[in-house]
Amino acid sequence: MSLTLSQVEHIAHLARLALTEDETQQYCAQLSAILEHFTRLQAVDTSSLPPAASGSPAGSNLRSDEPRPGLERDILLRTAPDVVHDQFRVPPVLEEQ
Amino acid sequence: MTALTTLSLAQTAAALRRGDFSSRELTQACLARIARLEPALHAFITVTPELALAQADAADHRLAEWRRLSPPFSSFANGGGPGWGLLGIPIAVKDVLCLKDVRCTAGSRILENFIAPYTATAVERLLAAGVVILGKTNTDEFAMGSSTENSAYGVTHNPWDMSRVPGGSSGGSAAAVAARLAPAALGTDTGGSVRQPAAFCGLTGLKPTYGRVSRYGLIAYGSSLDCVGALARSAEDAAIVFTSMAGRDPQDATTLDVPVETITIRDSTPLADLRVGIPQEYFVAGMQPEVESAVRAAIQTLEALGAVVEPISLPHTQDALPVYYIIAPAEASANLARFDGLRYGPRQPADGLWDVFRNTRGERFGAEVKRRIMLGTYALSTGYYDAWYGQAQRVRALIRQDFEQALARVDVIAAPVTPTTAFSIGAHGDDPLAMYLEDIFTLPANLAGVPALAFPVGFDSRGLPVGMQLMGPHFREDMLLQAAHVFQQATEWHKSSPMV
Repeated sequence: MSLTLSQVEHIAHLARLALTEDETQQYCAQLSAILEHFTRLQAVDTSSLPPAASGSPAGSNLRSDEPRPGLERDILLRTAPDVVHDQFRVPPVLEEQ
Repeated sequence: MTALTTLSLAQTAAALRRGDFSSRELTQACLARIARLEPALHAFITVTPELALAQADAADHRLAEWRRLSPPFSSFANGGGPGWGLLGIPIAVKDVLCLKDVRCTAGSRILENFIAPYTATAVERLLAAGVVILGKTNTDEFAMGSSTENSAYGVTHNPWDMSRVPGGSSGGSAAAVAARLAPAALGTDTGGSVRQPAAFCGLTGLKPTYGRVSRYGLIAYGSSLDCVGALARSAEDAAIVFTSMAGRDPQDATTLDVPVETITIRDSTPLADLRVGIPQEYFVAGMQPEVESAVRAAIQTLEALGAVVEPISLPHTQDALPVYYIIAPAEASANLARFDGLRYGPRQPADGLWDVFRNTRGERFGAEVKRRIMLGTYALSTGYYDAWYGQAQRVRALIRQDFEQALARVDVIAAPVTPTTAFSIGAHGDDPLAMYLEDIFTLPANLAGVPALAFPVGFDSRGLPVGMQLMGPHFREDMLLQAAHVFQQATEWHKSSPMV
């Protein structure tokens, strides 16, 4: 089980991670070794059971959908990196063609 | 004042109620010990002395009121009954659990200036019970690690041997309790992060049933696996912390309505007829012989105390490692998508939005976090999803079934916590797979969602603690704690403290 450098670059793109060339090389080798070790999973016969999404002994337990106060704006903005007019300021979302 | 910090939590609670000393005196003793030992130990990321002393004064006020209103308190030798066991008790909190208005870093540079906007439910419940919070403890970044070496804020040292790791990811909490900086601490256990540091530091550490303690206000790592747990110096102490924070929370839909019984630890209850299963798969070639012999001796002690021991099999134990290291990174890759440099944390300057994301995350996440995000992203990506993530979920069902079948035959399962005692700082350097292999005995309980309790059962020839774990059916933390308490009544391992 071996990943190529271009696969690693593609994964980094999907994960929105800027990697240096050294990091790309290193992750390529390490992830390949890890996945190689994990190939034993493919041989396990799983036909007898449905998949398990969690270890929870019960399903989820939803609360009633009633409006209630949220967190205060000032508290949520106080560690934001860039704030203008009580809002998060972000770079342009739509890039020019 | 050092003597105050040698008492167990239960003893401390009783002494506080008798008025032998005040919570302020106790808190000052803990803070003095922190000031003295922190430079060598580095158990904390943030110490909160002013907050702690204010909480201690509030607790002293409540204690005075309690003494005025209550009948003679000599009968409260053993903690004083439900609801009072934590009043005025200092604790430390792992720095992945939010405490309002206090910095919460998750061990990461991406949250280096994050001030928590609210308090986690588990912490809130302990505050309501009257605890004093000494500070936030060191952790592997986003709880991803087995040594606390992955923290962006430096390595925590094991108080039993400063050249060794305390385990992880709740290594700061474990080091703090072992060095008697606090009588108990909160940790989190996603794949062993309470039990493994408890074993490495000679402590009792409880990973509750999944869904027993609210995850609201816990910075998420693997949401189907994360459990908030307690580290303490005995099963009795761990029980006090656990029962105070467990139970249904409307803010966490995975918490359960099953009532949390007050766990009444009984000194005299023998283990008569407790059926203890020993899984052969947990005694593997390559494990440190002293770990195996200490665990086998502890099993004999359980037998001598009345337990009935029988061999069992958990056939998919070896599959837990790949299943965990697919599922947890997959969940982490989704959970950590929120760290994008827009709403909290520092933002890495860049021209466009995409580069803000990429550069902030690339620059601010540490090597192990990036590795797990990559692994999880790959396992969820088009073309690979079914072979990796889908297959991991299917094998997870088999691991869960292993436990259901075994626990139909026996009451609890006894096994080692780790294949070795605490390893040296730097031992696994840049070999992530070797580090992952440290977790082979703790991962299955998280995948199955069952409770597990680690406690000390001996020392190796270097004087490093060895841990054993009991795993049991969903919701039966009480049975694990009671069995460990009986063991601790008959043994002295948990009473040993490092010479620091």
